[in-house]
Amino acid sequence: MDAEFFRAWIAEIAAVVEAQRDHLTQLDSAIGDADHGINLARGFGAVQTALAAADTPTPGSVLLLTGSTLISKVGGASGPLYGTWFRRAAKSLGDKPEVDLPDLADALAAALEGVKKLGAASEGEKTMVDVLAPTAAAFSKAVSEGAAAPAAFATLTDTADGAAHDTIEMQARKGRASYLGPRSVGHEDPGAASSALILHALRDVADRQAG
Amino acid sequence: MKKLINSPDTVVTDALAGIAAAHSSLTVDIENKVILRAEGPTAGKVGLVSGGGSGHEPLHGGFVGYGMLDAACAGEVFTSPVPDQMLVATKAVNGGAGVLHIVKNYTGDVLNFQMAAELADDEGIEVVSVVVNDDVAVQDSLYTAGRRGVGATVFVEKIAGALAERGAPLAQVAAVAAEVNERSRSFGVALTSCTVPAAGKPTFDLAEQEIELGIGIHGEPGRTRAPLQPASAIVEIVLDAINTDLAVDGDLLVMVNGMGGTPLIELYGAFNEVSKYITGHGGRIARNLVGNYITSLEMQGFSVTVCHLTDTLADLWDAPVDTPGLRWGR
Repeated sequence: MDAEFFRAWIAEIAAVVEAQRDHLTQLDSAIGDADHGINLARGFGAVQTALAAADTPTPGSVLLLTGSTLISKVGGASGPLYGTWFRRAAKSLGDKPEVDLPDLADALAAALEGVKKLGAASEGEKTMVDVLAPTAAAFSKAVSEGAAAPAAFATLTDTADGAAHDTIEMQARKGRASYLGPRSVGHEDPGAASSALILHALRDVADRQAG
Repeated sequence: MKKLINSPDTVVTDALAGIAAAHSSLTVDIENKVILRAEGPTAGKVGLVSGGGSGHEPLHGGFVGYGMLDAACAGEVFTSPVPDQMLVATKAVNGGAGVLHIVKNYTGDVLNFQMAAELADDEGIEVVSVVVNDDVAVQDSLYTAGRRGVGATVFVEKIAGALAERGAPLAQVAAVAAEVNERSRSFGVALTSCTVPAAGKPTFDLAEQEIELGIGIHGEPGRTRAPLQPASAIVEIVLDAINTDLAVDGDLLVMVNGMGGTPLIELYGAFNEVSKYITGHGGRIARNLVGNYITSLEMQGFSVTVCHLTDTLADLWDAPVDTPGLRWGR
């Protein structure tokens, strides 16, 4: 997977987030402040503009610019959190011109740690961590057991879908949804939902390149 | 959605341009969405920077000026500003005595200001942050993002601003800001929802005869819903919540704040009930504010903020202030 692959991933995220903008915002209006889809669409739109204007020869450089732009443009909690996720992944990938599945597994794990530290969040608190943690673990396990690309990415998105759905029954303990207490139960966490979309975009790009 | 705007995309920048056109005492950096004092930083004075999502006007930009803030960063509607904006503001107000960041306790605001403080530190500017968290509606702090920063932010900005104007060092200005926060409590009530322009529909639904108790300033839900009742009964619920947390006795600074869509006639009616309640509980309203100071777009509703004054805090509250939102003594 080269820089082109990662640029295609980011472009796919931008398209999906734009398409799902109202859905994400609707999830957020149920338990938050009704701006998640709006902010992510604005942020990834800005990332697309930044990538078009810059020279990003390595996967790491693509993700670093993505993360920095999200921190600069999104605001709210999702800007720093997703920005940190991409920046930590970028740092993990370093300046390799091409990366393999184990590299990507390591990057997802590093990215997760960055988000957990910044947000002081752990699993079960109804946040994006509830998708990012089990998916990073499942992907890493599949890769270490020798899974080829299609199966490894399928594991990633299958885990993401289940994990995002599992946030419905959780009570929020972080972010604005936590103010609702028990009333936050019964709604999918918007951050978990957008994390699943981001991972789906990764699989879709991988499948397209393979197929 | 019926709003007096050109478009949801330009609502924030249009308002900033309007603020610049209306107030020659301010400079507005439209590109970075930062509102500054026109005269620039005062040498040797601690700079005060605050900021947050837009839609709470006059907070924060309306409190930039003599005796209060040096700069305010405006985010998108109900969305925290970004670290770049905060860094621009911090550098612009640094008069060599360091900069105080006044941050409302919302996850986004805290994360972005934290990143901005690190960036400022990289550039050699001393920054101290004070997080305001006065909303008693958030009960179980261990299992939430913690109490939200609401009405006390106005008190913190005024009182810390007055002390900074007198030339106090950063540590003292930060200490008084923290003291005001610790001595303040708030509780809000929504009678209607509000509509974020980019979302186009109300953030939540309330039935015709239903109110939300413990509402946050972004329309995020509070403790519970209740049927609409007379102002006296609603004020009793509000002040019971505050009084349970911190008794409303002694000399108090009290704000009855409108959420944006409540007329003054109702706010004064509410203040009358607040006054009766506090007098009945052994308190004395030594200073007050009644009006729209920290709003939630066009939401109908109000919040009450109570701060326990000391002689020093009262003196700093009385000190001259000259901003679009608060102005006296100068």
